[in-house]
Amino acid sequence: MSVRVLYFAGLREAFGCAGESIDLPAGVSTVAALRDLLVAQGRDKLASARNLRCAVNQDMATPEVVIKDGDEVAFFPPVTGG
Amino acid sequence: MTVRVQEADFDLGAELALLRAGDPRVGALASFVGLVRDLNDGASVTEMTLEHYPGMTEKALEEIAAEAKTRWDIYGALVIHRVGPLKPCDQIVLVAVTSAHRGEAFAACEFIMDYLKTRAPFWKREATPEGGRWVDARDADDSAAERWQK
Repeated sequence: MSVRVLYFAGLREAFGCAGESIDLPAGVSTVAALRDLLVAQGRDKLASARNLRCAVNQDMATPEVVIKDGDEVAFFPPVTGG
Repeated sequence: MTVRVQEADFDLGAELALLRAGDPRVGALASFVGLVRDLNDGASVTEMTLEHYPGMTEKALEEIAAEAKTRWDIYGALVIHRVGPLKPCDQIVLVAVTSAHRGEAFAACEFIMDYLKTRAPFWKREATPEGGRWVDARDADDSAAERWQK
């Protein structure tokens, strides 16, 4: 089971990476668990970022949202358009 | 409801004319244009780059415009948001709404803009004499969007 993870703005810049495919170990089935997994893999800024936002399949998502195989999960800072 | 995300500039007059063209029900057309300023948080801004999340951006803008249509009796709505490099005085965003009367048009236009500021995935990066920096979200924008919560 794997998901496509995307990073935007300051996170993309800090990681030098716009996206990566992540294999999900058993038990990692929510946005919060995926974030913890990524932090453990060295994406520290996901832990320290202020007001981190997330979208699952292009809908805004809260930490408890369930993720499944093939999902697109994006992490980004609060939006600043307009 | 029309939503466009583009690098190119837009012609305000032409866009507004098109939005109301041939529709005699329209008695009011409200529009808002956001522009790049040369000063933000005390630093002079020489250039700005707008990044977005392709796909989600269009989807979010369409949802915001559709929500406006459920709340007010409006006929048409247009949202154009630019991305890529922009300079002070450049146009960033256009929101325009048509309706029979001004109250609905003003309210729906302001609502779309307030929701866009907090829900549409765009990010601004400013070039200043001290280097580049990502623009921080403003609490005032959250407060503006919260006013519309039912």
